[in-house]
Amino acid sequence: MTLDSDEAPGAVRPGQVAPPRRARHRRVPVALLLPAALGLAFLVLPLAGLLVRAPWSTLPQRLTEPGVLTALRLSLQTATLATLLCLALGVPLAWLLARVEFPGRRLVRALVTVPLVLPPVVGGIALLLVFGRRGLLGMWLDRAFGITLPFTTTGVVIAEAFVAMPFLIIAVEGALRGADTRFEEAAATLGARRWTTFTHVTLPLVAPGIAAGAVLCWARALGEFGATITFAGNFPGRTQTMPLAVYLALETDLDSAIVLSLILLTVSVAILAALRDKWITSP
Amino acid sequence: MKIRNTLAAFAMSGLLLLTGCGDSSDGGTAGAPASGGSGGAISVFAASSLTESFTTIGKDFETANPGTKVTFNFAGSSALATQINQGAPADVFASASPSNMKVVTDAGNGDGTATTFVKNQLVIAVPKGNPKGIKGLADLTRSGVKVALCAEQVPCGAAAIKALAAANVKLTPVTLEQDVKSALSKVKLGEVDAALVYRTDAKASAADVEGIEFPESAGAINDYPIIVLKNAPNKAGAQAFIAYVQSDKGKAVLTAAGFQAP
Repeated sequence: MTLDSDEAPGAVRPGQVAPPRRARHRRVPVALLLPAALGLAFLVLPLAGLLVRAPWSTLPQRLTEPGVLTALRLSLQTATLATLLCLALGVPLAWLLARVEFPGRRLVRALVTVPLVLPPVVGGIALLLVFGRRGLLGMWLDRAFGITLPFTTTGVVIAEAFVAMPFLIIAVEGALRGADTRFEEAAATLGARRWTTFTHVTLPLVAPGIAAGAVLCWARALGEFGATITFAGNFPGRTQTMPLAVYLALETDLDSAIVLSLILLTVSVAILAALRDKWITSP
Repeated sequence: MKIRNTLAAFAMSGLLLLTGCGDSSDGGTAGAPASGGSGGAISVFAASSLTESFTTIGKDFETANPGTKVTFNFAGSSALATQINQGAPADVFASASPSNMKVVTDAGNGDGTATTFVKNQLVIAVPKGNPKGIKGLADLTRSGVKVALCAEQVPCGAAAIKALAAANVKLTPVTLEQDVKSALSKVKLGEVDAALVYRTDAKASAADVEGIEFPESAGAINDYPIIVLKNAPNKAGAQAFIAYVQSDKGKAVLTAAGFQAP
């Protein structure tokens, strides 16, 4: 998305001078600044706590401990695959919720948020009851194809996608509902089919919303713990992602748990910051 | 532009929150039970394998000592040790392993020395009816038998490694669970064919699982130490509770649950 298209509707109106951008930043009301600063402190202080307590002197040897890179690689791979899965299924579902009137839409919208409300461990149990070896679908998968999902890397992706997809759907649905439908109507009057309108008008229009949703989704998948350890178990190299490694390190060694957490945070923040710059600068 | 920035900022702050959340919300659960410090409230931090027996003992203790109120915080011993060392207002700590007790006493948070009040040993938990016909550790290595062990960082995992070494059995589990209850739940749900768990855990789930004794578990017996904490808001109550746990009535409850006398 370019800067122009973002501000296109309403920006060029005859007889109205666009206010200079800086004017909006001149006075920041204290009533907003104070809670904003508190909010930031609330979010950042725990991170500071980790940094203060981190065992800096032994950091290099802890970073090269076997298993750390394996867990990190597995985390990045599974979170990315889970995000792709969420995009493939979540964007169409968000579109359905935002653009199509159907009976029970409110109920469906509420159901979509279930994984947000469910404690992740319960989510993991629920996944086992459906996709497990004795689960509703899992039993059939096992008998017909010999496929079992628990304790596999695919299981990790499924657990992460289950927990993270609502973040994507809510972000994309919000973007769709906020988007100007006149563009889609114009496309329709020019004879575009609904699919063409979706791919050529709607998707570019809400691309920032999809990107933001994908970022949220990826971040949630990366930090996923409860559903993963319950559904996919914990085995190094196969299902042990970073959050699981952190939790188990906590059992014996607080310092190495802190180091693992910092690695996860650094890598994820770096990736997100790099992506964010790319979106804003690219035309 | 503006919306995008807002969303990006939201995403970033969400990330910081969520990556942190993963552990705390699923891990130890429930911080310190509130203890008013007034006479009757006793706050006991106990290993999750003590859940059933200590809940019973707590009720008996309250009945025997009217006016007292025992609250429990059941979690993995290491999580409890961390909470105690971070200043959680607990009166009693009952650990499933001496090593986690040592974490607390080494930090100077114990009052006196810990005493071992029970022992526990491993059994092979299999689904009711033992569909795979498992009789001993060697059967766990058969192809097509899925096994869950505890991770070596937690006491039941350390004991499992000792027992397997004693039996000279090389075993590749499908998962290394974070505590004994989740290893057991994988058996209950039928996701694995067997798991090495404590005899007490198998006994507490006798409706769903069978516990198969094996001789090598004798080499991996787990001691359970208990102690009054140095910063206990209710020291007298803590001592009374520990005395009750070690009394004949307390012992009877623990033995019925499958624990052995020290």
